[in-house]
Amino acid sequence: MSTLFANGTRTSPSLLDIRDLRVWFDTPRGLVRAVDGVDLSVRPGRTLGVVGESGSGKSVLARAVMNILAPNALTFPDSRISVDGQDLRTISKDQARHLWGSQVSMVFQDPMTSLTPVLTIGRQLTEVLRHHLGMDRAAARRRAEDLLRQVGIPEPAKRLRQYPHNLSGGMRQRVTIALAVSCDPRLLIADEPTTALDVTVQQQILELLDQLRAENGMGMILITHDLGVVAGHADEIAVMYGGRIVERAPTRVLFGAMRHPYTRALVRSIPRIAEPSHTRLHAIPGRPPVIIDPPPGCRFAPRCPNARPRCLSEDPALRRTGDDDTHSHACFFPVGTPEGEAAFAANLRDGRTAAGLTVTEGSRL
Amino acid sequence: MYRMNATALAVLRRLAKLVLVLFLVSVAAFLLLELIPGDPLDTLLPEGATAETRAQLEELYGLNDPMVARYLHWLGGALQGDLGRSFQTQLPVTQAILERVPVTVELAALSTLLALVVAVPFGVYAGYRPGGVLDRVVTFLVSLTLSVPNFLMGILLIFVCAVTLGLFPVSGWVPWEEGAGEHLRSVALPVLTLASAEIVVFVRLLRNDMVATLQQDFALAARARGLPTAWVLFGHALRPSSFSLVTVLGVSLARLIGGTVIVENLFALPGVGTLVINAISSRDYLMVQGIVLLVATVYVVLNTAVDLSYPLLDPRVRKS
Ligand SMILES: Nc1ncnc2c1ncn2[C@@H]1O[C@H](COP(=O)(O)OP(=O)(O)OP(=O)(O)O)[C@@H](O)[C@H]1O
Ligand code: SF4
Ligand SMILES: [Mg+2]
Repeated sequence: MSTLFANGTRTSPSLLDIRDLRVWFDTPRGLVRAVDGVDLSVRPGRTLGVVGESGSGKSVLARAVMNILAPNALTFPDSRISVDGQDLRTISKDQARHLWGSQVSMVFQDPMTSLTPVLTIGRQLTEVLRHHLGMDRAAARRRAEDLLRQVGIPEPAKRLRQYPHNLSGGMRQRVTIALAVSCDPRLLIADEPTTALDVTVQQQILELLDQLRAENGMGMILITHDLGVVAGHADEIAVMYGGRIVERAPTRVLFGAMRHPYTRALVRSIPRIAEPSHTRLHAIPGRPPVIIDPPPGCRFAPRCPNARPRCLSEDPALRRTGDDDTHSHACFFPVGTPEGEAAFAANLRDGRTAAGLTVTEGSRL
Repeated sequence: MYRMNATALAVLRRLAKLVLVLFLVSVAAFLLLELIPGDPLDTLLPEGATAETRAQLEELYGLNDPMVARYLHWLGGALQGDLGRSFQTQLPVTQAILERVPVTVELAALSTLLALVVAVPFGVYAGYRPGGVLDRVVTFLVSLTLSVPNFLMGILLIFVCAVTLGLFPVSGWVPWEEGAGEHLRSVALPVLTLASAEIVVFVRLLRNDMVATLQQDFALAARARGLPTAWVLFGHALRPSSFSLVTVLGVSLARLIGGTVIVENLFALPGVGTLVINAISSRDYLMVQGIVLLVATVYVVLNTAVDLSYPLLDPRVRKS
């Protein structure tokens, strides 16, 4: 792959291209490997869903792309993030000035905290327009009004004069979306854009994002911990665990054949309202790890019902599955394959996995 | 409309509180004199004064009336600017204080202004890159300055800037009327001495609050919008980071106006600080009382001003 980009003659077909991203945090407890070797790409006009439990490194991934990592973050020198084929490490100051916020922008999880409390909505919108698009005050004002209208905010002229605390959560998230799309970005990263909102508002916000993506032809990364959300809104899905991508496939392919035990466990943990009330809700046993000095082997092994001795000594790499070119996973004993079946059967016989997790018929994925 | 009313109401309530506190301050200042052991007349009367003179004076100062009556009488006078006469000079206390206040206020205002002008940019940029070169230099200078007492700093400045370099006079006060340039040269070292102590406090506060603010979502979001760093720092992050700064600013300004005792004495400046030292050492009680009243009033008024300024820092406060 890398030679394709290194010769400089061919540009990437992807909008965003991430190669071997590693972001560790220097903490008193040690180095926290928040993102530990992630490769992914997003194509124009497409939505990539990034799914994973809390702490799997989704926000750190997003912040690495936006260049807003905390001061204690260490990004590996070999990690590469490129936008439209431009390596962000080598980009000139001039190009950088109108990249973030203009070409690439982001919507944060909590609209209650992601707008500046001391500035009016109008001021926050117009300053972006004036900086990136060089508009004058009046033009920026008019455009800001249009933008608010576009994201479905009634009485935009009045809203411009208000402060964030005057607006409801849903309205605020619309404002942050208006801010994010104000300069027609090529890529929008939405980090759990609906988690903090009412259920009824969640769907509206997701539909708004879909609509804006379709209108502007921008690429999108939709981050969530809810596979159900990405199922309806993403073209492709990357499942993250412990700072790595453990399974990746186009949405339809993934839902047709989930191979990684963690992906399966995630799906099973979604409450299904349609199912009879006696259906057992499967929570994933154990907790997501904070990864400091990890032992060798698969990061999911302590929670995986398929874990065999090999899983504790070797690190599974993300590779294509046999059956589909677009589908990759990082697992030695994938679900729904003879290897996986055999591994589970062996663990069931022993009553426990190689990592010591108790296994019963009910743990089958 | 509703919000305006709520704001006005909050301001009124704050002002009512101010009046109440000022009343308590006046009681305290009054009691100060009442509770001093011994008879204040002892210091006033020449040694071996006759009982007759004493009685006359008691009559004159109304010392035989009941306490409440004396308080009301004193308060009535104070409200009209009459704080009695100095035992020492026989001049009105108010006049003596008013002569000194401009010097002290000028010192306080100039040093606070200088401290802000220096501390805000350094605090903001040190907080922007914690652990960076600027931050480390600032932290080092702060700890260095903190370990030097004010008077030592003054002596140091006198030695370096006045004695060695001859840039400024060693001490003394040149009034405005005798030339602006000379005047400013005479206040430069005292102002620098006072400001150096303020700067380190301000820089540390602002730097720490800035570091915290810049990790908040809204500051990250502003950075993610690609805005110029200065816009993010000064437009988005500075105001939400300046609550502690404004609070301390009010307190320290009040303290400075109350008399910059050490520095005024060191530089032989005719301010409230030298006046109060003088009054205390010569047991000039009415003078001390007048200064206490002034200082306490300045404190209370400035604190109210600080409280009333919070809504300017954060519009969310305006609602409640
Ligand atoms: N500044 C930091 N210092 C130390 N550790 C950090 C820092 N930021 C994030 N981490 C750690 O990195 C890991 C990944 O965090 P991240 O915020 O990316 O998770 P997430 O997948 O976004 O979770 P959530 O669903 O809760 O938002 C976590 O273990 C977290 O504790
Ligand atoms: S089977 Fe092994 S490799 Fe696969 S997820 Fe479980 S522990 Fe990891
Ligand atoms: Mg997150």
